[in-house]
Amino acid sequence: MVERGKIRVLLAKPGLDGHDRGVKVLARALRDAGMEVIYTGLRQTPEMVVESALQEDADVIGLSILSGAHMDLVPRVMELVRQKQLTDIVVLVGGIIPDEDMRALQEMGVAATFGPGSSTADIANFIRARLAGQPA
Amino acid sequence: MQDDRERLAADRARWEKTTLAKSLERLPERRSEFTTISGVQTQRLYEPGADEVAAYQREIGFPGEYPFTRGVHPTMYRGRLWTMRLFAGFGAAEETNERFKYLLSHGESGLSVAFDMPTLYGLDTDDPQALGEFGKCGVAVSSLADMEILFDGIRLDEVTTSMTINGPAAIIWAMYLVTAEKQGIPFGELGGTLQNDILKEYTAQKEFLFPPEPALKLVIDTIEFGSRHLPKWNTVSISGYHIREAGSTAAQELAFTLADGIAYVQASLDCGLALDDFAPRLSFFFNAHSDFFEEIAKYRAARRLWAKIMRERFGAKDPSSWMLRFHTQTAGCSLTAQQPENNVVRVALQALAAVLGGTQSLHTNSMDEALALPSASAVRVALRTQQIIANESGVTNTVDPLGGSYFVEALTDELERQAREYIERIDRLGGMVAAIGVNYPQQEIAEASFRYQQEVESGERIVVGVNGFTTDEPVQVPLLRMDPEGERRQLARLAEVRRRRDRAQAERCLRALSKAAAAGENVMPYLLDAVRAYCTLGEMTQALREVYGSYMEVPVL
Repeated sequence: MVERGKIRVLLAKPGLDGHDRGVKVLARALRDAGMEVIYTGLRQTPEMVVESALQEDADVIGLSILSGAHMDLVPRVMELVRQKQLTDIVVLVGGIIPDEDMRALQEMGVAATFGPGSSTADIANFIRARLAGQPA
Repeated sequence: MQDDRERLAADRARWEKTTLAKSLERLPERRSEFTTISGVQTQRLYEPGADEVAAYQREIGFPGEYPFTRGVHPTMYRGRLWTMRLFAGFGAAEETNERFKYLLSHGESGLSVAFDMPTLYGLDTDDPQALGEFGKCGVAVSSLADMEILFDGIRLDEVTTSMTINGPAAIIWAMYLVTAEKQGIPFGELGGTLQNDILKEYTAQKEFLFPPEPALKLVIDTIEFGSRHLPKWNTVSISGYHIREAGSTAAQELAFTLADGIAYVQASLDCGLALDDFAPRLSFFFNAHSDFFEEIAKYRAARRLWAKIMRERFGAKDPSSWMLRFHTQTAGCSLTAQQPENNVVRVALQALAAVLGGTQSLHTNSMDEALALPSASAVRVALRTQQIIANESGVTNTVDPLGGSYFVEALTDELERQAREYIERIDRLGGMVAAIGVNYPQQEIAEASFRYQQEVESGERIVVGVNGFTTDEPVQVPLLRMDPEGERRQLARLAEVRRRRDRAQAERCLRALSKAAAAGENVMPYLLDAVRAYCTLGEMTQALREVYGSYMEVPVL
C-alpha cells in the first residue's frame, strides 16, 4: 500500500439548509482526530461539492442535510461522483434521514448515514476503517 | 439585621461541621462539582441573602411592575393563560391550511406559520436553487395566491398569527396584510408577530439574504410601518431560540438576544423613530432547554435585564417599553431519534419551565421531530401537553410560583450577571453588527456547542437513550409522508399567477420598489403595491437584491 499523508475529508452543506451546528462540531472533531478537514460552508450545489472534492483531492465527502432534501440532493452528488470517476471516494451523509431513505441512499453507493445522536468518535473510526479497506 | 446575618453564618458553619460532614463521610457526593447544562456552577444549598427584603424590593418587586422579574402581568395566568401556538407548515398552502384548521379545532389559540426553505430564502418554488426543498421544512408561499389559500376560511381578525420569516419578512408580511385587506379587515385590527429578526440569522439560523446594514434598514422599515398602522402587531420577535439551537449556553442565548434587541432599538432611534412609539411592539422568543431551573432563571433574568436596559440605557418613559414579552419553543436540539416516546417527557418538563418562567405563548415540539416532520397525532400530544399543564397541574394558580426560591433567585442573578458581561463585551466591539463582523458571537456559539458534544461523548453528560439507558429495539413511529401532488399543484398555480396578472403593472411595481430601496424610502408601501399586482416573492427579493446586494458568510469552526 502506498504510504500517504493525512486523511482528507470534505464536509459540505448542500441545498438551502442552514443547520450547521452538527457539521461544524464534526469538522473540529475530525481535525482533532488527525484528519485534514475542508468545510465548504453553506448553500452548496451538488456540482460545487463534487468539484471541491476533486480540487481538494478528498478521500471522503461528508454531506450534512437536515432539511429533508436528501433524496433529491444526494442522488445528484452520486451521479456526479460517477461521472468524474471518483469511485474510490467515500461518501457519508449526516442529518435527519428516515430509515427507508437510508437504505435507498446506501444502494446508491453512500457508504453510511449518521443520524441524530451519532458520536463523532464513531464517525472518525468508520472513516479510518473504511479507508484501510476493513469492513467498518 | 447584622445580628441575623452573623447568626445565620454561624449556624451554617455548625451545620457544615456536624450534620453535613458526617453525611459526606458516609456517602460522598456523586461528583466533585455540579453544573447546569450551560456550565453554571450549582451550589449544594442556597439560603436567604443578607439583605433579603431590600433586594426583593430592588431586584424582584411585584408582577406587572418594574423590573418585571416576576412577570409582565399582575395576575399572570390567573387572568389569562398563555397562547398555545404550534408552529406548523408543510407542502402546499392547501395542506397547511388543513393543518391550521385541525389545530384550531383542537383548542389551539393562535397560528404560527413555518415556511419552506426556498420561501425563507426569498426564492419561488420554480427557482432552480429550490431543488428538493419544496414544502419540506414548511409551507411554500411564492405569491399572494398562496397566502390567500393558506388562510382560506380563517378570519384574520379572529386569530393572531406568528410568522417565522426573516430575510424576506417584509415581503411575506405585505402578502399577509393584503390577504387581510381582501377579507375586508383593516390593518389596525390585525394582531400577530413577524419574526423579522435578521441579526440572529448571521450568528445562528443562517437564512440571510442581504448584507447586515441594508437588512437592518429593511427591519426598521417594518418597525416604522407597524408603529404607524398596526398598533397590535409585534414587528420583531427578537430570537434567542436559534442561537440556543446552534449550541450556545443559556447565558449566551440571553445576552446575544438582548444585544440584538439593543441594536434594533439603536438603529430605529438613528432613523429618527421615537422610542416609546415602537419599543412596546418589540417582542422576544426564547428556547426552553432541558435544564429546568436554569431556563426559569433565564426568563426571569431576561425580563429584569431588558427593563433596566430600556429604562436606564435608552431612557424609555412608557412602562410598556420596559416589558419583555416572549414566546417560547421547547428545544428541538434536545429531542432524540432514539426511543422517541421519551421526547414527550422532555417536552413536558421544558414546557413547564417556560410556564414557570412566565411565557406569553408557547410551542411544544412533537416526539417524532428528530425523525421527520411531525405527524398530526404527534402534534396533538404536544398540544395536549400544554393543556395538561394549564388545566391539571395547578401551576397557573399563583404568579411566579418559584419567586423567592433561594436557588432560583441566585441563578436569576447569576444569569443576569453573565449576560451583562457579554453585552458589555459586544458594546466594546461597537455593537452587535460590528461583533458579527468579527465573528464574535459565532465563535462563542461554536465553542459552546463543541464543548457540549465532548461532554456527551465522554459520558460526563447523560442523554437518556443516546449515551445511557440505550436499547436495540427498532424505532416505531408513524411518519408523515408528503403528498407529491402538492409540488405539482404549487408549480401550476405559480405559472397561472404569472400568466394571468397584468404584466406591465407588475413590472412597474418592481421598478418602483427598486427605486424606493435605492432612495432609502420606507419600502413597505411599495411592497404592498407589488403584492397586489401579484409580483412573486422571488421577483420582489430580486428587486431588493439589485440595490442591497447579497451576503455569504465565511464559516467559523
